[in-house]
Amino acid sequence: MAAHLSYGRVNLNVLREAVRRELREFLDKCAGSKAIVWDEYLTGPFGLIAQYSLLKEHEVEKMFTLKGSRLPAADVKNIIFFVRPRLELMDIIAENVLSEDRRGPARDFHILFVPRRSLLCEQRLKDLGVLGSFIHREEYGLDLIPFDGDLLSMESEGAFRECYLESDQTSLYHAAKGLMTLQALYGTIPQIFGKGECARQVANMMIRMKREFTGSQNAIFPVFDNLLLLDRNVDLLTPLATQLTYEGLIDEIYGIQNSYVKLPPEKFAPKKQGDGGKDLPTEAKKLQLNSAEELYAEIRDKNFNAVGSVLSKKAKVISAAFEERHHAKTVGEIKQFVSQLPHMQAARGSLANHTSIAELIKDVTTSEDFFDKLTVEQEFMSGIDTDKVNSYIEDCIAQKHPLIKVLRLICLQSVCNSGLKQKVLDHYKREVLQTYGYEHLLTLHSLEKAGLLKPQAGGRNSYPTIRKTLRLWMDDVNEQSPTDISYVYSGYAPLSVRLAQLLSRPGWRSIEEVLRILPGPHFEERQPLPTGLQKKRQPGENRVTLVFFLGGVTFAEIAALRFLSQLEDGGTEYVIATTKLVNGATWIESLMERPL
Amino acid sequence: MDCYTANWNPLGESAFYRKYELYSMDWDLKEELRDYLVAAAPYGGPIALLRNPWQKEKAASIRPVLEIYSASGMPLASLLWKSGPVVSLGWSAEEELLCVQEDGVVLVYGLHGDFRRHFSMGNEVLQNRVLDARIFHTEFGSGVAILTGAHRFTLSANVGDLKLRRMPEVPGLQSAPSCWTILCQDRVAQILLAVGPDLYLLDHAACSAVTPPGLAPGVSSFLQMAVSFTYRHLALFTDTGCIWMGTASLKEKLCEFNCNIRAPPKQMVWCSRPRSKERAVVVAWERRLMVVGDAPESIQFVLDEDSYLVPELDGVRIFSRSTHEFLHEVPVASEEIFKIASMAPGALLLEAQKEYEAASFGKCFLDRFPPDSFVRMCQDLRVLNAIRDYHIGIPLTYSQYKQLTIQVLLDRLVLRRLYPLAIQICEYLRLPEVQGVSRILAHWACYKVQQKDVSDEDVARAINQKLGDTPGVSYSDIAARAYGCGRTELAIKLLEYEPRSGEQVPLLLKMKRSKLALSKAIESGDTDLVFTVLLHLKNELNRGDFFMTLRNQPMALSLYRQFCKHQELETLKDLYNQDDNHQELGSFHIRASYAEERIEGRVAALQTAADAFYKAKNEFAAKATEDQMRLLRLQRRLEEELGRQFLDLSLHDTVTTLILDGHNKRAEQLARDFRIPDKRLWWLKLTALADLEDWEELEKFSKSKKSPIGYLPFVEICMKQHNKYEAKKYASRVGPEQKVKALLLVGDVAQAADVAIERRNEAELSLVLSHCTGATDGATADKIQRARAQAQKK
Repeated sequence: MAAHLSYGRVNLNVLREAVRRELREFLDKCAGSKAIVWDEYLTGPFGLIAQYSLLKEHEVEKMFTLKGSRLPAADVKNIIFFVRPRLELMDIIAENVLSEDRRGPARDFHILFVPRRSLLCEQRLKDLGVLGSFIHREEYGLDLIPFDGDLLSMESEGAFRECYLESDQTSLYHAAKGLMTLQALYGTIPQIFGKGECARQVANMMIRMKREFTGSQNAIFPVFDNLLLLDRNVDLLTPLATQLTYEGLIDEIYGIQNSYVKLPPEKFAPKKQGDGGKDLPTEAKKLQLNSAEELYAEIRDKNFNAVGSVLSKKAKVISAAFEERHHAKTVGEIKQFVSQLPHMQAARGSLANHTSIAELIKDVTTSEDFFDKLTVEQEFMSGIDTDKVNSYIEDCIAQKHPLIKVLRLICLQSVCNSGLKQKVLDHYKREVLQTYGYEHLLTLHSLEKAGLLKPQAGGRNSYPTIRKTLRLWMDDVNEQSPTDISYVYSGYAPLSVRLAQLLSRPGWRSIEEVLRILPGPHFEERQPLPTGLQKKRQPGENRVTLVFFLGGVTFAEIAALRFLSQLEDGGTEYVIATTKLVNGATWIESLMERPL
Repeated sequence: MDCYTANWNPLGESAFYRKYELYSMDWDLKEELRDYLVAAAPYGGPIALLRNPWQKEKAASIRPVLEIYSASGMPLASLLWKSGPVVSLGWSAEEELLCVQEDGVVLVYGLHGDFRRHFSMGNEVLQNRVLDARIFHTEFGSGVAILTGAHRFTLSANVGDLKLRRMPEVPGLQSAPSCWTILCQDRVAQILLAVGPDLYLLDHAACSAVTPPGLAPGVSSFLQMAVSFTYRHLALFTDTGCIWMGTASLKEKLCEFNCNIRAPPKQMVWCSRPRSKERAVVVAWERRLMVVGDAPESIQFVLDEDSYLVPELDGVRIFSRSTHEFLHEVPVASEEIFKIASMAPGALLLEAQKEYEAASFGKCFLDRFPPDSFVRMCQDLRVLNAIRDYHIGIPLTYSQYKQLTIQVLLDRLVLRRLYPLAIQICEYLRLPEVQGVSRILAHWACYKVQQKDVSDEDVARAINQKLGDTPGVSYSDIAARAYGCGRTELAIKLLEYEPRSGEQVPLLLKMKRSKLALSKAIESGDTDLVFTVLLHLKNELNRGDFFMTLRNQPMALSLYRQFCKHQELETLKDLYNQDDNHQELGSFHIRASYAEERIEGRVAALQTAADAFYKAKNEFAAKATEDQMRLLRLQRRLEEELGRQFLDLSLHDTVTTLILDGHNKRAEQLARDFRIPDKRLWWLKLTALADLEDWEELEKFSKSKKSPIGYLPFVEICMKQHNKYEAKKYASRVGPEQKVKALLLVGDVAQAADVAIERRNEAELSLVLSHCTGATDGATADKIQRARAQAQKK
């Protein structure tokens, strides 16, 4: 069911199975029929771990969404709340429980906290007088959820905001816990590298937790050689730029959530002649996107400009394969053809889907505005005119383009100029406030606090130094058969991935100067292994590095790391973990002031 | 090798019993054993002796001595008995000594004579006094059964979880029963008692008369009864000198034996081995010991001294002032090896070894025989020998050892404070550290913290030196013990070594070291733990102190702020005020302004915000907030005058709405007041007028002065409204840079080509070319190609 998780260098199905086992064990503790009341935010991530069938096998008969007042009627013995440890949710649960008690037969209540039990929440339940109503109060350590064969995410929406705006390290603690779980399954990671304040904290917590667990030392041969912890605020630039890989663009335009995307249905209407356009589907087309689909695995990380040729080549191969049937003469040949049919049909379906998606994307990317925006982004990233008011941005504001798009561009300019001149900054801010409303003053404050938007300190722009040393801008980019990670942004090489690349070869010592300019400390820690577990690398065997993005990662960055993994003489394969899969829009949105 | 079988005594056809010495006792008893109350714990456990002065005369003034010895007679403790008269002594399964007083109070002592606790067996017992008492063991723990002066029984099946049960009355019982015992059937403890020729079984509901099947007639009284170690069998000694043996359920008789002695025996106990078919009881009189089973003859021993029998799982221990012996059925394995003329493999191997020394190496040639069990057996034997040493004095047999398990044995060594031996055994048996060495070290440490004469520093250091980072050691458990002994400082020192903050913090809170708990919680990174301490502190300290504490802990402060943001907005404001954080205060008031329903309230909140921003030296935010106030007031006036909604529109949208409604003057005025930049104002007007499709006004506007945004937007917006006619008007006014684009937009390909050729711009040429479609533009396309060719020539 999740075979694609085991294709990679590290078999992440092991993790999936481990968390599934834990879930089953919990469900079996509550004997008898059950209803689950969901914290709505959890349903998406849970879908990647356990489908409804698993829950059903363990006597889950009903599922509800957690909301106030009474629980819907259900003839079950157990009511289990699956919730994140948040006070506001405790209030709702208490309301549910209290209104439940007054009618009908008594039922058993349980709480499963995801990912961690919380004393604070239990105290709240106690204050509300319902703590005693729960028979089982347990935690489900679902920190890192396997998304793909080389990708793990905590899907913690607010992680960046909490860490950088609110100095709340809860998600860092969960990240450290998740890494401990990972090490329990895949062995101690001998070397930890990191850059950034949060990275430092996570490493500290890991070392501390390791001390706590010394008794249960696991004797597992380490699968990962290195861990690289990266703060998102070390590289604020990358997520702001528009991703230009296939997957990245799907995410930018339609948004991928928990590996699913919803697309406008028109393009997916079954092509039948004489249909006359009636019966067009109106419900969005929902597709799961992961490497289980062969074609998607091949094109997801390509620059979008290289996708078309692959699709047409595939189309030829498939129609040629279907043509084969005319050549099949003997019974044996026909039989062989028929045996391949299901696979071929699946391939054809997949091809049709992606051709439609590519067409949808192409409509956007060929638009003039997309081109203009990209031109401005690329100018900023290559260091052109970053210090003055940009007329394209002004025009966008004047025409009231979406605020997130505008903020993204202003922030990009600010980051590429190590902050804007006060006059320029104030101009942009005033324009935004006058056009979109003064209430966005708080959003601007948040962006400033996060360092995305700031006045230039001391009038010095350090971005050119960083750009040149790390070769962030490559003029000779090859989108079709790339030779460098910069293909994912058609010229810009993501800073974060460059750091990972340079760490593996030749090492960070070569870029000490730049590392000092970037915020936060950089460090290296070793976790000693018992002698029996020390690895002797075979010649030609690649290292495995786990790169953990604290505060989010984009699909383009993932694509760039996958590109590095596939390099023949790369020497390192990467597994990626993050607090949340983001793009510039969702990221900026997470920082915006939410109305109370 | 004859000596092996020299002490084997046959009982019937198939079984041998032997008695051998375990120890010659190390103790030096002043009196005969019969003068003491005696309690010996099973599994080679300790022996307690209490000289019994109450039997003879009621002399309360005499304070007897309670002595505790190991099974080898090594003294463990000795203390003066200062409490009331004791009726009975007994050991619990945890090797705690239970002393049942006449008044029904049970005092509990440790192995080293340390007083642990006491409990009472109830009022009824207190009133009627204790006549007799028994301590018994079941799978639930150790129980106490009491026979009171009123001939009633009170029972508790588990002294660890004291629930007293008063047993039903025996009808017509006038005197004490001649003998009684505790049975345990179907997990329920019952009492079997004998009154004259009758037997009664008491459970918690009823009293029923029972009859042992097949008992020889003529019995007028039962003198002694014994239940087996596992509660499966029962033996009765009658005044006819008959010993009846059967199942404890009294449903089946095993055998009966007449010993022809009518004197009441001092003790009678079962002596059988698990899984053996043989059943036997051992009966002791003053100077005689008899082993009786399902055989016509019995085995008889002479007792030289006063002796005491201790039933064990697989035999009977017999100790006196000078010796300690073990009597048991010879195990089958030994029998097979040593029985005369045995042909069992073991016997042959032994014979061979006697003849040829080489045979002792035979094991090496057995390649298909897995050595594990051999190795394990050797290890077990070594452990058993080590603990049997008279310094230690735990004489366990192999079966007892297996029944007890190594874990319990280690616990018992710990109880005797034999830490080094326990650790050696763990290391020798390679037990996992968490179950073995660590646990023992932790126990040692818990003992160590009770040594009040050693300073806190020294104890903490000693403990850390020995324990270090040994996995599985819980420093917090040790610290909790230290705290329990009233050594808070030591507990804090010990907690320093505890790596698990989840364990550290609650204990620190309990010890009222909340501030220390806070810094520990912060160190751990576990925000939930930090919250827990914070809420604790909030209740414990007054507000000022609480805020001061937060001030020194930035991480805790920001977490608390988060908490307040959702739970206590007012406190949040106080926190910002305390820190003079005017920037955040400003934001706070802005947020608050949105909660205000009335515009006056909003403006007032915004004014407070603006003031705060000024204090924060955030001029921009202050000005912006003042602008917002100004806009709000203005919008309200507009609403009053124009009768339509303006509130909550942005400035831009307000101006747009005014234009759309035809209030151009007001729009102009507003734009001036707020200094909307010209460029944006042009865009704004352009968009609004096009929306209105007011082409006339748009044209007028375009001619009002030179457009700061050029004329291409005019073309674009007209085309967007599908008005090519209007669009063309503006296309001609577009500057040369964008002219081609404009011409193409209005569909004038030919002119676009001309402009592009004139400008000699390659990119524009390609652009125009890409717009050339079909036959109509054929000429234009040719023209461009020619121009290109010409350009290349140059």
